[in-house]
Amino acid sequence: MPDKPKVAFYWCASCGGCEESIVDLAEDILEVAQAVDIVFWPVALDFKRKDVEAMPDGSILATMVNGSIRTSEQEEMAYLLRRKSQILIAYGSCAHMGGVPSLANQFSREQILRYVYEEAPTVVNEQKVRPQPRHQYDGTALTLPEFRGLARSLDQVVEVDYYLPGCPPTPKLLKQAVLTLLSGELPPKGTVLAPDVALCDQCPRKETKPTDLQINEFKRPHWTQIDPEKCFLAQGVVCMGPATRAGCEAQCIKGNMPCTGCFGPTSRVRDQGAKILSALASPISAREPEEIEKILGGIPDPVGTFYRYSLAKSLLRAKVTR
Amino acid sequence: MEDKPITDQLVTSADWEPLIVAFFCNWCTYTAADLAGVSRMGYDHNVRVIRVMCSGRVDPQFVLDAFAHGADGVLIGGCHPGDCHYVEGNYKTLRRYHLLKRMLRDLGIEEGRLRLEWIAASEGEKVAKTINEMVEQVRALGPLRLTRRFKEWDAELASLEAEARSEEVATHA
Repeated sequence: MPDKPKVAFYWCASCGGCEESIVDLAEDILEVAQAVDIVFWPVALDFKRKDVEAMPDGSILATMVNGSIRTSEQEEMAYLLRRKSQILIAYGSCAHMGGVPSLANQFSREQILRYVYEEAPTVVNEQKVRPQPRHQYDGTALTLPEFRGLARSLDQVVEVDYYLPGCPPTPKLLKQAVLTLLSGELPPKGTVLAPDVALCDQCPRKETKPTDLQINEFKRPHWTQIDPEKCFLAQGVVCMGPATRAGCEAQCIKGNMPCTGCFGPTSRVRDQGAKILSALASPISAREPEEIEKILGGIPDPVGTFYRYSLAKSLLRAKVTR
Repeated sequence: MEDKPITDQLVTSADWEPLIVAFFCNWCTYTAADLAGVSRMGYDHNVRVIRVMCSGRVDPQFVLDAFAHGADGVLIGGCHPGDCHYVEGNYKTLRRYHLLKRMLRDLGIEEGRLRLEWIAASEGEKVAKTINEMVEQVRALGPLRLTRRFKEWDAELASLEAEARSEEVATHA
């Protein structure tokens, strides 16, 4: 019997939710496991980096990497897995666009390290000790990965073939992706493996979105009694739906929470944050600068709201003066 | 949107000159710029004018893209409120401008680098005055040079690649 195609999973700067979503395949995982050999998956299987290093280049059919790239070790793993894999897939928002970890691109490396190791209210560190990449202890050299100046998407470090969007991707999309890979009928390189339409197109509340939308006030979801049937924008609640790709089956909307944008933009949009900015600001009802400013006060953190999952991949990539 | 910087020679030379990308609406500001031209009004040469049908056509992505490709400032010119050829376009621009300005501030781009000005077709002088003012303002702020900053940010990636290569050479030696 010929060898089954090999697949690998790896995680970088991520929360573990993407790994969880693989397990969420539930009994379908058996089908996947039957069709492929999983040769590397640190969260679940006991293979080591040296096992991957020992494989011939290009011997893994597909590797799915989740998490953004923040440390030199994650970069090394990205290079290694790229070399060993025929197809490299950025799995989940962080690998796709930088994700939530890339919101830290609003701060310098020094600001982050100082806060985390010295200033956070839960930290006691009188000597102000910081982790060092190299240290001598009892005659032994100890090393730690370098913490880089920026969080990056996977494709800002190595070439990526496909993207599975979402925080995390749905098991349904994962299953479809695996079946597509096995079928051998591959989509064009660079494809995001989800429908290329805005979430509004598939939103169960689509019918209630007014054609002449007017926004008089932006309301924070946690301060608002949200009507479970009506378009969020018509209620003045910031919803990323117009600037976000469909494919999640509107799970948040069905839970009566607005879209926060984890699937990223459609293929026609380069910068998700700029696009939602446009969609939200244009229909404001006011015409005078003071009134406009007053209404915009309802969005206290535009960067954190509009680029929640995509700051690393935005046109400016980071706060330019950090 | 290509990744080629529009201003390589400008951003790398020591005698830096501010570079302003200007989006002018076809019906008012661009016509005014034409008027300034035929009337032989001089203004600073630091501006690259892009004609759009309406200031409302200026997607915030255009502004970010101009900065990302090396612009030091972006100027948007449209018809006066109430005069928009498409009735509402300039109001939409105004609203986006307010939000974009706030977002740019949070991303470290100074307020003076983005300006919105209403300039009617007859106001050739205002085009010259606005451009000259903005060039001075941006000159005072100094270079933004994002194309160069992006390269500096990514220098840390190159270091690992070089290290990996040298290790490979060492192990194969």
